[in-house]
Amino acid sequence: MYGWMVTARYYEERLQEEYLEGKQPAFDISAGPIPGELHLAAGQEAAAAGVCSHLDDADTVTAPHRPHHVAIAKGVDLKRMTAEIFGRRTGLCKGKGGHMHLFDSAVNFAGSGIIAEGCPPAVGAALAAKKRAEDSVAVAYLGEGAISQGGFLESLNLASVQNLPVLFVIEDNDWAISMPKGRVTDVGNGAQRAGGFDMPGKRVDYDDACAVYEAAGEAIGRARDGNGPTLLEVQVHRRMGHFMGDAEGYRPEGDSERAKQRDSIERMESTLQKAGIDDDTVDDIRDRSHQRVEEAIEWAKDQPEPDPDEAYNDVFTNPPAGWTPNTKPGQTESAGDDD
Amino acid sequence: MVEADEPETAETTGERETTMSRAMVSAIASEMRDSDDVFVMGEDVADYGGIFDSTDGLLEEFGREKIMDVPISETGFIGAAVGAAQAGMRPIAELMFADFFGVGMDQIYNQMAKNTYMSGSTVNVPMVLMTAVGGTYNDAAQHSQTLYGTFAHLPGMKVVVPSTAADAKGLMHTAIRDDDPVVYMFHKRLMGIGWMPAPDGPKTSVPEDDYTIDFGEADVKREGDDVTVVTLGLHVHRALEAADDLAEEVDVEVIDLRTLVPLDTETVLESVRKTGRLVVVDEDYHSFGLSGEIVARATEGALADLSAVRRVTMPDVPIPYARPLEQEVNPGREDIIEAVQSTTE
Repeated sequence: MYGWMVTARYYEERLQEEYLEGKQPAFDISAGPIPGELHLAAGQEAAAAGVCSHLDDADTVTAPHRPHHVAIAKGVDLKRMTAEIFGRRTGLCKGKGGHMHLFDSAVNFAGSGIIAEGCPPAVGAALAAKKRAEDSVAVAYLGEGAISQGGFLESLNLASVQNLPVLFVIEDNDWAISMPKGRVTDVGNGAQRAGGFDMPGKRVDYDDACAVYEAAGEAIGRARDGNGPTLLEVQVHRRMGHFMGDAEGYRPEGDSERAKQRDSIERMESTLQKAGIDDDTVDDIRDRSHQRVEEAIEWAKDQPEPDPDEAYNDVFTNPPAGWTPNTKPGQTESAGDDD
Repeated sequence: MVEADEPETAETTGERETTMSRAMVSAIASEMRDSDDVFVMGEDVADYGGIFDSTDGLLEEFGREKIMDVPISETGFIGAAVGAAQAGMRPIAELMFADFFGVGMDQIYNQMAKNTYMSGSTVNVPMVLMTAVGGTYNDAAQHSQTLYGTFAHLPGMKVVVPSTAADAKGLMHTAIRDDDPVVYMFHKRLMGIGWMPAPDGPKTSVPEDDYTIDFGEADVKREGDDVTVVTLGLHVHRALEAADDLAEEVDVEVIDLRTLVPLDTETVLESVRKTGRLVVVDEDYHSFGLSGEIVARATEGALADLSAVRRVTMPDVPIPYARPLEQEVNPGREDIIEAVQSTTE
């Protein structure tokens, strides 16, 4: 778990550096080597590591727009994920998805950039497992800002009435972009939402990967044993803005500093120390994680960008006879053209 | 993020140059001062001022009762705006990205758009649904669509797409005062936000006083005799650049539709009768959409005058992330130049 956590943290530090290249001094979202928005998950690693430790490749995970830590813990190919974030042809999605929409079918990982909309597909993966009598489970990650969405609530209901092997994990980082949790919901403990659907709900109050591991283990065990879904809320911390470039003017003074003080990685390090793991072992794990990240970034930056013509591929798996995307430049039609 | 640096260029004429977002905000603020019935609800509209600055600064003047941050729950809050509008208020709801319409679409097209009709006009829905549209900044398929055609296709909603600060203000005043639901689609790239540089065009001189622009009046942004380019939003500016580049060889007329519902067919027909050549430029998908609609109306109304028709649109592919892929599909100046030239061959 520690290895995944430090990999995720260092990965995001490096992504941040790469992202800001060319975007400064005046922040320009469309400049630099990494295109588009970038939502970093620093401070949320415990929720990824503690849950994904119980999963294998056959289990499904759906992640929201802040996906890197979960992807890393789920075993998504780090090099190809990085190439995707850099918009390269050899990326996980051939440069078509980007950082919010990472798909790695080898480990059953999928993303969505629409709030709470990863929940229904996770329910569907669990439904498939049940129908096929497989013992795999599905995990849907969402933020505390997503717990008001219909997609989430409908998913809880469907999972419950169908008794499906799903774990819903709310990462409570206190902020839905600029909205603090207290103004999003009157339920301080999001896991209480479970009560309305007759499923267990549990909140882990500290971003302690071991406590998350324990709670998730119980829930995933229940799911694998055919005892249905669970809702788990994990307190995490948003150390960064909502997205890179967010000046966080809405955030009260000292809030992000407080978030940074409660560091799940330091907590994990002291847990390891107490368990008698020597410093050399910890350092070695960290060094190897950093090395892995550097290799992935280096590899990704060497990859080619897609050829513009590739934009027209992949719309359908089985393109209908005669179908074209119609407006490839130079292919504009006129009255009388017969193609 | 970095705020746009706004030089104060106050002139004695009562006009000043401003960004599109500030023009929109000034119209909203003015209407709110005039009427207690006007309020704003949406995600991150208060402290943040709207992700694309569409409500920037309103919280300070009007407070949280009037500038309401809401939970992430588009069905809930857009539907609540419908209810408040039916109760006689004039809410402005913001759907942060048009791409998110699916989450709350029932409230948009089955309630907001239909209740007037289904009630036999015994209720009406005087609300504005603001939403950000468009790509060009590599945010991929769920955050880059324009979807003009989707909203304009479904009856019961007026649909507005400003391309300049002056239009944005006048159209916003009209939208808020309108007794029907108005979908106000603003292109992110035109807003003048610090972290997403705008082209030169949208920042225009804007009268300080309130004014309205009637819906259904397209604006001829550039007059020309040879080819008519019909477009809207960001692509008005790309078309104007293309027209300037072509000025030596072709005299291009650029029509900014400004509103899709109602659609000013007559201005398009008049122009086409004059030039005989039509190019439609649309950042929305190619098939079953706006470009087909404009071509259909032109052929219905001026078939005999037409010698060439071209469409420059987003192809029928989800909008890709990587920069070369997005640039390939999003219609650029070169694509417009090529299309215009091909009509004169």
